[in-house]
Order: sequence, then C-alpha cells, then structure tokens
Amino acid sequence: MKTIIICGVGGQGIILASDILSDVLMEAGFDVKKSEVHGMSQRGGDVITTIRYGEKIYSPIVGEDSADLILAFEKLEALRTLKYLRKDGTMLINDYRWDPIPVATGTMEYPEEEILPKIREKTKHIQTVDALAKAKELGNIKVVNLYLLGLLAKELGLEKSLWAAMISRRVPPKAKEVNLKAFDQGYGEVRS
Amino acid sequence: MKELLSGNEAIARGAWEAGLHFAAAYPGTPSTEIMENLSRYKEVFCEWSTNEKVALEVALGATFAGARAIVSQKHVGLNVAADPFFSASYIGVTGGFVIVTADDPGMHSSQNEQDNRHYARAARMPLMEPSDSQEAKEFTRMAYDISEKFDTPILMRMTTRTSHSKSLVELGERKEVPIVPYQKDTLKRLLLPGHARKRHVFVEKRMEDLAEFSNTFPGNFIHWGDREIGYIASGISYQYAREAFPEASFLKISFSYPLPEKLIREFAAGVKKIVVIEENDPIMETEIKAMLCGQAEVHGKDLIPRQGELNPNILRESMGLSSKSVAPQTSLPPRPPALCAGCPHTSVFYTLHQLKAIVTGDIGCYTLGAMAPLSSIDTTVDMGASISNAHGMDITFRLLGGERKKVVGVIGDSTFFHSGITSLIDMVYNRGMSTVVILDNRITAMTGHQQNPGTGLTIKGDPTVQVDIEALVKACGVKDVHVVDPYDLKNLKKVISEAMDREEPSVVITKRPCVLLFKKSKWTSCKVDRDLCIGCKICVQLGCPAISFKEKKSSIDPMLCTACGLCADLCPKKAISLSQEGGRAIREAWDFETKSMKKEEA
Ligand SMILES: Cc1ncc(C[n+]2csc(CCOP(=O)(O)OP(=O)(O)O)c2C)c(N)n1
Repeated sequence: MKTIIICGVGGQGIILASDILSDVLMEAGFDVKKSEVHGMSQRGGDVITTIRYGEKIYSPIVGEDSADLILAFEKLEALRTLKYLRKDGTMLINDYRWDPIPVATGTMEYPEEEILPKIREKTKHIQTVDALAKAKELGNIKVVNLYLLGLLAKELGLEKSLWAAMISRRVPPKAKEVNLKAFDQGYGEVRS
Repeated sequence: MKELLSGNEAIARGAWEAGLHFAAAYPGTPSTEIMENLSRYKEVFCEWSTNEKVALEVALGATFAGARAIVSQKHVGLNVAADPFFSASYIGVTGGFVIVTADDPGMHSSQNEQDNRHYARAARMPLMEPSDSQEAKEFTRMAYDISEKFDTPILMRMTTRTSHSKSLVELGERKEVPIVPYQKDTLKRLLLPGHARKRHVFVEKRMEDLAEFSNTFPGNFIHWGDREIGYIASGISYQYAREAFPEASFLKISFSYPLPEKLIREFAAGVKKIVVIEENDPIMETEIKAMLCGQAEVHGKDLIPRQGELNPNILRESMGLSSKSVAPQTSLPPRPPALCAGCPHTSVFYTLHQLKAIVTGDIGCYTLGAMAPLSSIDTTVDMGASISNAHGMDITFRLLGGERKKVVGVIGDSTFFHSGITSLIDMVYNRGMSTVVILDNRITAMTGHQQNPGTGLTIKGDPTVQVDIEALVKACGVKDVHVVDPYDLKNLKKVISEAMDREEPSVVITKRPCVLLFKKSKWTSCKVDRDLCIGCKICVQLGCPAISFKEKKSSIDPMLCTACGLCADLCPKKAISLSQEGGRAIREAWDFETKSMKKEEA
C-alpha cells in the first residue's frame, strides 16, 4: 500500500495530474482511492490531493507522517504539507514561488530560506526542478503539470506505456503532443 | 466494467440505473456534482431550482405524479428545505424519492459542522450512509425499491470525503421503470390535521417495519476479528476504522436509522467492549447506549473527537495505539482564498471600505471581501441574511437616535434569487432604509459556475427566460434603484455613497460577469513602471492576487493579471499602464446577451 500526495495552489493543474495518476494505477490493476478537497481552490487557495493504492485500500486520506511521496507544485506548499510525509519519504518539489496574499501585501515573509532545511530534517530524498523553465522551453507554460507528473511517474516504476495511453485520454487532442513531450522530459529528468 | 468515480458521480449513476426520471437541486459544496452529473443523462429531467426548499417541493410534486425523483443539497441546504422535508415523511411516496444531504465535517467550505443524521430521527425518515463510491451507487439504486416498498423518502447522507473522494465502482445498466399513473389521494397528500393524524400512525408503523428491515439490509453486517474491542462505525468512519484497527471486530452500519437492533445485540454479546466511531455527534452512540442499557461497556465520544474530520491516525491516537506526532510548529503564511484578479466584486468592497460602511454580508465568492486587505464585511450568517440583518441593524440604530449609521447589505445574484427577494420585500414593507448592493456577476460562481434564473440558460444549456433583477427590485417597491459598472470606480463610489445618504431603501446593482467566464489567452496585463512607483501601496489595498509588493515597489504578475485596470485608475502617479493592444481587455471582451443568443442559434 502506497500513499502519494500532490499539493500546490488552485489553478496549477493539480487535479488533472492526479486524475491521470489514478487512471494509470487503476489500469495497472490496483485498488485506488483518491481524495481531493475542492471548494474554494479556484480562488488561489492551497490544494491537496491524496492518492492511495495497493491490493485493498480503506481510507482515502491519511494523517501525519504517513505519505510515501509528496509532489509539490509550489515551494511553500511543500513545506506546509511536509507534516504528512513519513520519515525518509520522497519529496519532489517544483522550484516555483507563488506569493500568498499576506506575503504579497507585505504583512508576512515568504519563508524562502527555511524550506529546504526543514524538509531535509525529515528526509534526504529530495528533488527540486524548475518545471516552468522546462515548459517554457517546450513553448507552452500550461504543461508544467505534465512535466511534474513525469517526474513522479519515474519514481513509481510502473509500465511506461500505460502513462501515454491515460494522458491521451485526459488532455485535449490539440495539446496531446506537447503534453506527452513534457511528460517524457519529466520522466527522463536526471536525479540530482 | 469498473470505473473510478467520486461519491457524487456514483450517486448520480445509481439513481440513473434505478430508472430515475426527475432531479432538482440548488448547488452547494460538497453536493453540487451530483446534479451536474445527472444533467448528462438524457433520460432525466434536471433543474437548478431557486433554492433547496423549492427543489424539494418540485421533486415531491414529481413523485406525486409518479416519477422516481432525487434532490441533493449541502447540509445547510436541508435547513432551508426542512419544512417540506418533514411533510414529505408523512406523505411518503408514489414514485421512489431519495433526498441527499452532503455534510461537511471539518468545514472545508461551510459555515458550520451540523450533523444531518439528526434530521432523519426528527422527521422519522430512514437514513443510509455510504462509505465509498461503490456503496454510494449501490445504496442509491437500492434506495428506490426500499422507498417504494415502505412508502417513505430516504435520506442519503454523504460527507465531503465520501462525496469528493474517488474509488472503484462496478457499473450496471439502467432499468427503465414506468411513471406511475396519477391518482388523486388526499388522505395521503393533503396534510390537514385530520389526515396527518392518520399518517402519523402510519409513519410509526413504518418505522417498526424499517427497524426489522435494517437487520437484514446487506450493508449492515458483522466482521468478526479480535474480540477485545468491537468497533461500530458508519459512513467514512468505517473506512478509517478498518484501516486503523485491521485485526478488530466490526459492526458496519450502512442503514443507520432505524438501527439494526438484533445485529447490535449479537455484536455486543460477542465482544468485550464496544467503541462507536462516528464523525461529529454521538448519535449512534447515544441510541446504542440506551438500547443496551448497561448490559455492555460502550464508548464513543469519551475517546473520539467530536469536532472536525477523523482519519486513521486520529483513531489510533484516540485508542492509545500511537502517540500524537509532534511536528515542529512553524507559522507559515496562510494561503486564504481571495477574490480573483479582475473580479468585478473587488471594487465594491474597496469602495465600501473607503466609505467606512457597516456591511452585512452574504454567502458567495463575495464573502471573500471580508479578507484583508479589503476587510469590509461585518457579518455573514446564512444565505439571504445580508438584507434582513441590515434591516434589523438599521432599525435598531434609528431607535438609538444620534448620528445616522447606514448599513449596507451585499448579496450575489444567485443568493438574491435563493432567499434575498423575501428579505428585500420585508425591508421595504417595514419602512427600512438600508442600501442593498446586488453583485450581479451573471452566474453562481462560488460553487463552480452554475446557471441561475438571471443567466438565461437552464442546467442543460437550453435558452430560457432571464429574470430582470432591476425590474424585480422595482416591483418589490424600491424606488431608488441604480445599475452600475463595478469597473467604473468613481461612479460606483458616487452612487453608493449617495444611496447611503438617502432616507429610503435603495438598491445598487453592479453588473459585470465573473472574470473566470473569460479565456485568459485573450487577456493582456497591466505593468508597473518601477521608476514612477512611489511605493504608496494604494493598489495593494485592492487585495488583487496579481499585485505584490516587492523591494518597496508594486509589481504585477502578468500570468494572473486580467487588465481590468482598477489599479491603474487608483495609482496617484500613473505608474501602472495597460499594455498597448489589449487595453482594458476584460472590460470589453464580454457581452452576456450575445453569448446566450449564440447558444440559441446553435
Ligand atoms: C443554504 C445554502 N445553500 C447553498 C450554499 C452553497 N453556496 C455558497 S455560495 C453559493 C452561491 C453564490 O452565488 P452568488 O450569490 O451568485 O455569488 P457569487 O459566488 O457568484 O459571487 C452557494 C450556492 C450555502 N452556503 N447555503
């Protein structure tokens, strides 16, 4: 039984990424449960989705110190979600900063310098990438999520062809090629 | 075939498989997607009703005429629908009737954590509690037969986790069920006291039959494991508990009112002690304790928290099986939701803040006008309360005498149709003098863009009458009515402050569509000239998520900016410019009437 958490900010394409992930896990023959909290996420709030898979899954969510892997679409959200990571779990971080309103208006500081050291206290399995830069290279900033999904996919070690099939099912036909390319690049990213 | 469905999709699927004919709802998180999914089935008539009470009455009417019907709402929606809900229990059904309540333990998107299982008991109506999507689908499908067999509506209780989490579901086929031919039956459907007394006798007999049925319902079962502690759980709590205590004995309860007494007694006899696990209130616990009356050791809320959501860790901690993890507490900047960049509500709250108005709020995206830096709402109670609260405050301030304090109620278009109209009539009738701002963004935005009586489209996208808010308000007796463009800050401020000064009730309608109805690709963005910016932070006071304050100057994120131009209008140094080609993109890009007409032609 494994637990993956994907977190970030509403509007970053997290739901699509987690939908594709659950499709793949289901195709691979696992019992899958996925939980997400919508509601006000469209308005720039933080978003967390939990995906759990294995032979038989009961709870769709976990408490603290329980997730095997966290993929964070935003750095501050990586730190916010850290409490759910189990000791020595894997943390994949998009090196992207999105100031929440209290920071934007100057009433609070963005904890830029705290993030990595705090995460290192809990695990040494950390990978940081600048997905926006990669997406820009591909000419479409909207594929950040697929790039990050590729990064995550490599960690899971499932049949790679499943991914292409499920991605094609979920993304609009026009954007299929660039999304697949972004996924492949994330998948091929060398571990730092 | 198996598919990964959310609980809400599964409810829709189960109802459709049961041959559903009729569905009505008012949106509300976490219930909204039930109706949205139902609207994709061509066999089912669907409507967004104006509010939950109306939805329940409309659906009840459909059952009178022999249809199988469903209504869905969030937990507080059932408060609005409570009046017909209680009557529906006495009346029973002709075509089967399922009433879905989606509760919100943990208050992910609600103003309270009420436990609607109480409603089943109060109205003497059977209650089902699915714990995953497969059960949500199966129970809903089965509920129609149970409903018709026992002549009762069924309350189906979902929670945020069962509604919004996805799990595997085995799909079935639709079974067509004919609509039952209409027969007048006043003894059943016309609740005069004389008839209702007879129906109450029937209801009590029905409860006895249902109590017997509860023992045989396949979703109520015992799983024997270790006999030291036996757990009794319903809904999502069952899933948390199975994971937390894999070796234990379980009594899983799915048909949870009336409770399966025989099963409970059998279970109690087989374990040393019982722990009842349920989110929020100790409802099963209280009844089970009364039922077993000292014959067994029963625990519940003495161990398990009553507030918030549960999860497997919390349960293990409650049972002393693990200690609470002491994650280092750092206070991170929160990421509260905010009005979107370009939101037409923003300027209204900016203006009210400047006018130092006392503002009674309502429920919708615009509730976010309460957040800093706009900070311009004093109260939020429930849907429709803005106008009635304003009226009560206004009269009280006038009783006090002295300098006149004017109260402004703010309310969205969907909320105005839901329950603002009656409050407005009340205020006018009772000589109120408040100002009401109706934030008409041409959609029900908060819950994900549902159509409403002002948009000109039905849930299925068919063109329909567009209720004219201005004419409606005038017909209610308001003489001082203004329709304004919220992007025109100067005029907005003038109109609102003049309205506040008048000694009569007034309504200001701010009319601009929700910014999310536009495609971002069409937009341009505003830009700050750092040499001209003096760092006065006036633009920052808009609380626009695209504007941030970096190294003593404002800066604008082009990814988020929609070029609404409010900040450019406010800037005292003209340091913010709209990019050349696009101009005030968002202001010019939309004509609601044109869009609905295009739909009509297609
Ligand atoms: C009784 C009740 N029903 C439903 C809801 C869910 N709900 C919250 S806000 C809202 C709609 C608000 O729409 P509108 O008034 O048009 O404002 P907007 O979000 O578009 O600004 C709904 C349906 C609720 N909170 N209470």
